[in-house]
Amino acid sequence: MDDIDNQNLELQLMLEAIHLKYGYDFRNYAKASVKRRIQHRMTKEKMANFSEMQHKLLYDVSFFERLLLDLSINVTEMFRDPTFYMALRKFVIPELRKHPFIKIWHAGCSTGEEVYSMAILLKEEGLYDQTQIYATDMNEVALKKAKDGIFDIGKLKQYTKNYQKSGGQSAFSDYYSAHYEHVVVDKSLKKNILFSDHNLATDGVFGEMNLILCRNVLIYFNRDLQNRVVGLFYDSLCPDGILCLGSKESLSFSKYTNAFDDVVKEEKIYRRLDSELI
Amino acid sequence: MNWFQAVVIGASAGGIKALSTVLSALPKEFPLPIIIVQHLYPHSSSRLAQILQKQSHLKIKEADEKEVIKNSVIYIAPPNYHLLIEEDRTFSLSVEGPVNYSRPSVDVLFETAALAYKSRLIGMILTGANNDGNFGVKQIKRRGGYLIIQDPETAEADSMPKAAIAAAKVNKILPIKQIGPYLLQLVNRSKKGPNI
Repeated sequence: MDDIDNQNLELQLMLEAIHLKYGYDFRNYAKASVKRRIQHRMTKEKMANFSEMQHKLLYDVSFFERLLLDLSINVTEMFRDPTFYMALRKFVIPELRKHPFIKIWHAGCSTGEEVYSMAILLKEEGLYDQTQIYATDMNEVALKKAKDGIFDIGKLKQYTKNYQKSGGQSAFSDYYSAHYEHVVVDKSLKKNILFSDHNLATDGVFGEMNLILCRNVLIYFNRDLQNRVVGLFYDSLCPDGILCLGSKESLSFSKYTNAFDDVVKEEKIYRRLDSELI
Repeated sequence: MNWFQAVVIGASAGGIKALSTVLSALPKEFPLPIIIVQHLYPHSSSRLAQILQKQSHLKIKEADEKEVIKNSVIYIAPPNYHLLIEEDRTFSLSVEGPVNYSRPSVDVLFETAALAYKSRLIGMILTGANNDGNFGVKQIKRRGGYLIIQDPETAEADSMPKAAIAAAKVNKILPIKQIGPYLLQLVNRSKKGPNI
């Protein structure tokens, strides 16, 4: 056994320990990225190996919380991939308009940038007041930030550019107030958003959604967990409900590939098909 | 059977031209996968594969998540994603923050490739104006892999190859025109075993 094999064994034990002790289940995450992030934490903490780290994370909750932040990726931006939001306006909004009341689930919403982007879009399309948005994440720190709706002012230029490219209909500055180092999103965007704790690896269905967005989350999961989560989305969507994935994610290799139809293939927008058809 | 099982390449400023030179020297029966991180602007479109395809006999495509890595195919990291290699030799993608101000980052690819391929890996650093890849070449070397670095004298931007040379004991430093032919020779020679 070389040190790589030993390390893989230790990693497996550590993920098992995290699951048993704290309930977070990283066992079916894509390994390379998890391992890389744990390894960098180990180097930073000047630890010799994963076993030493496992000991610490079992006895020191604050250490586990730091590691949890390393393991949950919270990189996002407003109107990320403007062409996606363009496609939402053009092809998904007309579908939503058919319903008197709309339910949207943002799964893995991280610090909320994309949730607020959606809220802006709905407002501009005159649908916000009849919509309830459920925004969930497994990371409470990220969720708290999302709820606060306070963002670093340094990113504003990129967000404004994204917003304009995405087909935005007013001035982006209508939606926030700027302070010295941060911007605060407008209160009116928050009123129909419910932020809550939900772990895609361990928690269950969210019922009767018209639209589910889960972008750049599945890439961190292995095939089994991807299949579980897509199944969860299938069961949480109402008939003809829409599912949106990240630009490099697809259902092509999923167990559920025949359970969905393309709405906009290149933007990874799908429609749930009737269960009889599967 | 070749001793080597994959080639990873990192390039930044001036990289498209350098990559064209290296890749055009390889025949379509080149037996290994080649996996490339070329730094791009984060919001650029992904035309790099098409641009390089014109210069190459081998098939070039953007790497997809969970894709099984095949021989004789050149894979490019998609813009704005890190590209990682799993130990089962499939790709993963990640949007975690930039590493060395870069996403995709050469370090992230090299680090994970070193664990997946160990001593069966050839790592290559071409032109670039930063030091991304520095940590990655060390990891490749630590696992017994082989390193080819572009001669900084022939690089449009010399800091990336210079940093790599300073970071690890590299096997070969070559002018850009000789890298493709040397790689081919190295890989063909390695059929006989690891005595290189």
